[in-house]
Order: sequence, then C-alpha cells, then structure tokens
Amino acid sequence: MQPSVSIKDLSLNFGNVKVLDRLNLDIAQGEFIVLLGPSGCGKSTLLNCIAGLLDVSDGQIFINGKNVTWEEPKDRGIGMVFQSYALYPQMTVERNLSFGLRVAGMPKDEINRRVARAAEILQIQPLLNRKPANLSGGQRQRVAIGRALVRDVDVFLFDEPLSNLDAKLRSDLRVEIKRLHARLKNTMIYVTHDQIEALTLADRIAIMKNGVIQQLADPHTIYNKPVNLYVAGFIGSPSMNFISGSLDGATFTADDGTKIPVGAYDFAAQRTGASKAVLGVRPEHILLGDAAQGMPFQTQAEIEIVEPMGSETLAWTKVAGIPVTFRCSSDIPLHAGDKVTVGFDIARGSLFDAKSENRL
Amino acid sequence: MADTTVQSAPVAGSSSRPSALKKFFLHNLSAKVAAIPMVATVLVVFIGCTIWTIYYSFTNSKLLPTGKFVGFDQYERLFATSRWNVSVINLLMYGAMSLVLTLGLGFLLAVLMDQKIRFESAFRTIMLYPFALSFIVTGLVWQWIMNPTLGLQGTMRNLGWTNFTFDWIANPRMVLFALLIAGLWQGVGFCMVLMLAGLRGVDEEIWKAARVDGIPTWRTYISVVLPMMRGVLVTAVVLIGSGIVRLYDLVVALTNGGPGISSEVPAKYVYNYMFSGGNIGQGLAAATMMLLTVLIIMVPWAYLEFGGKGRK
Repeated sequence: MQPSVSIKDLSLNFGNVKVLDRLNLDIAQGEFIVLLGPSGCGKSTLLNCIAGLLDVSDGQIFINGKNVTWEEPKDRGIGMVFQSYALYPQMTVERNLSFGLRVAGMPKDEINRRVARAAEILQIQPLLNRKPANLSGGQRQRVAIGRALVRDVDVFLFDEPLSNLDAKLRSDLRVEIKRLHARLKNTMIYVTHDQIEALTLADRIAIMKNGVIQQLADPHTIYNKPVNLYVAGFIGSPSMNFISGSLDGATFTADDGTKIPVGAYDFAAQRTGASKAVLGVRPEHILLGDAAQGMPFQTQAEIEIVEPMGSETLAWTKVAGIPVTFRCSSDIPLHAGDKVTVGFDIARGSLFDAKSENRL
Repeated sequence: MADTTVQSAPVAGSSSRPSALKKFFLHNLSAKVAAIPMVATVLVVFIGCTIWTIYYSFTNSKLLPTGKFVGFDQYERLFATSRWNVSVINLLMYGAMSLVLTLGLGFLLAVLMDQKIRFESAFRTIMLYPFALSFIVTGLVWQWIMNPTLGLQGTMRNLGWTNFTFDWIANPRMVLFALLIAGLWQGVGFCMVLMLAGLRGVDEEIWKAARVDGIPTWRTYISVVLPMMRGVLVTAVVLIGSGIVRLYDLVVALTNGGPGISSEVPAKYVYNYMFSGGNIGQGLAAATMMLLTVLIIMVPWAYLEFGGKGRK
C-alpha cells in the first residue's frame, strides 16, 4: 500500500541555518505519527512544510502518491489545528467551520451536512451560534479540530494543539483526539514537546533533534530500546539514570571502580575488546529488597531523599558515586537515611558507546 | 485585643455617617489630589467655556462679550450668510472624502507594508514624516507646488509641455481637491502606521489557518483581519474626524479661503468673526453650531459603543 505521506530528502535552510537536513519519513495510511522534540528541533517547521506553509529548500513531499511539494496548502488534502486555535474571532462557530467551504463555493446543503457532521462528532452543536470569545479553551480547540474536519481531508496536522490548555483539560482532550482517530482512521501528524502526549497517542514516534530524526519507532521500542543517549535521556520522567564507565566483555566497570556484570544484556552486535561506555537504567528497573536478590548486580545504598507521588515513591540515592533515582511501590516504607539493597535489572537496561552515543 | 475590638465597634457604629464621608475623601487620597488639576481643567475650560460660548451666542456682542440678549438673531443671520453655508458644504465634502480616502489609502499602504518588504522601517519613516510637520508648513509647501506660475504647472510648461494644466488651487470648482491632496499627504502616513500596528497584532496562526482553508489573501484581509482591527479603526476614525472638524490652518496656509470664498471652512469662519471681524456674537453662534453637529454625531455613537456593554 502506498504511504499516506511520504517525505523524501527534505531540506530547509533559513540563510545559513539548516533547520531540516535531508529528512526522510514515510507515514502509512491511517497512522498516528507524533513528532517529538524540544523547542527549536525543527518539528513544527517540518509540519509547516508538510502543510505547505513554508517553502522547502530541497526535497519532495508526496501526499497520497501525489507530489505536492509546490502545491498551495488548500490543494494538498490536509486539515490543520493550531496551538493558539487560530479561530476567526469575529465569526460564530458555525461561520468558522463553514467559511473556507463558502469561499470555495460549495453548495449550501453540502456545507450544512458537513458542519452538522463535524458538530456531531465533536459534540459542539450547542455552541454553533456562539463566538470564540465566549468559549472555553477546550471548546475552542474542539472548534479548531472541527474546522479541519469539515474539509473532509485524508491527513490531519496538529501543531501542539493541547499546549495552551490546563493539565486536566489536556488529558481529557488527549483521550478525545485518540477516540477521534479511532473513529475517523485518518492519517494524523501531531507535533508536541510533551512526551506523555507522544507516548499515549502515537502509533509511531519520531524523536527529532537539530532537524534530524533520531529515532522513529513505536512508543514501546522508543521507551525500552532507545537508539542513542539523546533519545534515552529525552524520554521518561524522571529520566534514565546514566553511569559512565568502561565495558570489557560482559563486565561494565563504573568510573569509581564498581564492577557491574552485564552478561544479561542483549547486545545489538557481537563485540570484543574494551571501550568507554555509558550504562543507562530506568528508575523502575532498579529494584529493592527481595526483588533485588535475583538481579545480576546488587549493592548497598543509602536513601538521600524520598518523594512520595501517591501511587508510587521516587527515591534518590547514590550508586557507584553517581546520583541515581529509583521508583518503587508506595507500600514500601522508605525514609531518608535508610540503608537498602538495590538491584539493577540489566536485561532491561541500555548500554551506549561513550563516543558515538549509540546503543550497543 | 478582644476588649478593644468590642469597645471600638459601637464607636464606629454611632459615627458611621461622618466616617463614611471621611473614608470617601481619604481613600486613595494621593490619587484624588493628583486628579484635581485635570478635574478643574475639565470643569472650567471644557464645560465652563462651552456654557459661556453658548450663552454669548444669544447676545449681540461685538468687540467685547457685553451685548444684550437677542434670542436666535445671530443664528438667523448665520444661516443667511452665504460664506457660512459654503463653509459647511465644503467641510462636509472635504470631510467625507478625507475620511474615506485616509482610511482607505492608509489601510492599503499598511497592507503593502505588511508584505515582508525590504527597508520597511525606512518606508515607514518616509510615510510618517509629513505628520511631523505642522499644517502651516504643509499648506505652504503645497501652495508652492500647486501655484500655477511657479509650481508644477509652470515647471512642466517650461520643460515644453505647454498644454500641461494643474491649476486646482486657483479653480473654485477644484480647490477642495487641492486641499484634499495636501491633507492626505499629511494624514495618510499616520493612519498607515496605526493600521500597520493593527495588522501586526493579528496572530500569525490566523494567517496560516486561512491559507489552509484556502481563503484568498484579499478575502482574509477583508473578512477576517479587518473585523479583528475594530479597536484600531475606531481610534483612526476619531483622530481623523477630529482633524477634519477643526480644519483651519491648512486652509489658511494653502488658499486662505480662496479663490473668493470657495474654500472657506467653519473653523475659519469662527476665527475671522471673533478675532478680526469684531463680531463675537456671530462667531460664537457658528462655534455653537459646530459643537452641536459634533454632538449629533458623537452621542448616538458613544451610546452604541459604551451603552450596550453586555452585548459585546
């Protein structure tokens, strides 16, 4: 099956600054792709290029097999939702939804049918005669999604649509967007800097840095098998613990001399000899007490700070001279100053080459 | 602690009237003191002088405001004077054209400026420059330019185009347009800067949304951006409008009301009768008519704008 959106060798320069550098991305029909990265990584720029709001410097963009690199946004078969909602403030919700169609000269009953359908899907029928100023943030964003919906397009683009909402609304609307995708089965490209949104919504996540996609994979792979140090550090909260040292065969020696056996680790490639490396372990893969017994590496550690989060507890300690966070059930009573045995689940950890920063 | 509260309560209650008054005066005292000069100015200059003006317009005062009450005599004389009637018609025509053209050209220029052009700030300065001049200078400069023998017409004829004619300033039928040119030259730049500020206030994402919706640029300006600039438009209309009503110095410098009385305006009529005609009563009657006209326009508008607060 041909990809819904296909980006080939896309580059974009502003003067001498390379914002996107020979970027390739294929998005399948009906897929939900999240572009994730810190601000300035080029994710919104990429989305604007796909939308046709920015002219590319080099490369091609195909939507449904059609080369749209130099097409106007309206001819690309896309609908877009913006962070600031970008509703037309002097028009009612109904006019906001129908304005584009009216300008395009669509027959009246077709417009009415589409507006009614969008209003029904998004449950905004009672709001149709209001102006945006009289709507809450969540309602405005729904109208903005509706405006993309009435265009009856194959590809939806979301540019940080939830960033202007408060935490509660954000999680509500997140579920709604997921429901919308399940119902419409459109291709959706979603830009965010919020990793929770990315992990919960995406079929695949593209993590970007400096205009280059670092890793493109499903959320589970991104979380458990990050391809490099950058991805490992970006995804997860609190972030992964990193211990630098050197690797020789199946033994990892931390910088302070602590030896950690890594025989259980699933190396991507056979390797020989010693080299500098970084061991990464997620907070939930550091186990405590009895559970630590079966682990290949155990050590005594003193708890420094305890952060109870309700459902779980975060604890700060030091292993091999490096501050380490771990996560455990809130049922285990922990106090600052406690001496505990912690064990590393090496099989679920990550090892990176210190120089190339790539996964070993 | 408890005792003092109990004791002080009845004291405060028994003298609640004076203390409320005291509170009214003492609350934000420094702000009230600071506002006194402005309050006094409004009371004496604006309201006091207006009442004075209206009162003496009903007298037969000549050189000094001492005449006796003559009812509507001054007004009857005013509307029987062809110079006044010409002035009113001139102002109406000039005002309508000036308002429409200043807003229209100002908006058009602002839109052109908004197209991410090079040297934008240089153009902005050039456009705004005439606004820094006084109307007297503007009038004088344009008087020279439009002078049939010395100005543009003379220059072109000397260069060989002997049929070239540009004598609006000396032509009673066209002299209003000569005024209009000078007025626009002075005022459009300022209007453009106001409009440009309004255009810049429109969120970038609105433009993106309109492009994705497939709305042509001109249509976006008219249907989306212009309605969003309501505040700026109101400001511009008020500023341009007040400039039109008090139109005086430009006329004095450019045409001095001529040829004949063909470019007279009401403000000039008022000034001439009060200070050089030695007929205060007549001048004040004209001034009162100007005030009345402005009120007739402003009151319903202010009522619409500020009266129905809930509907906005």
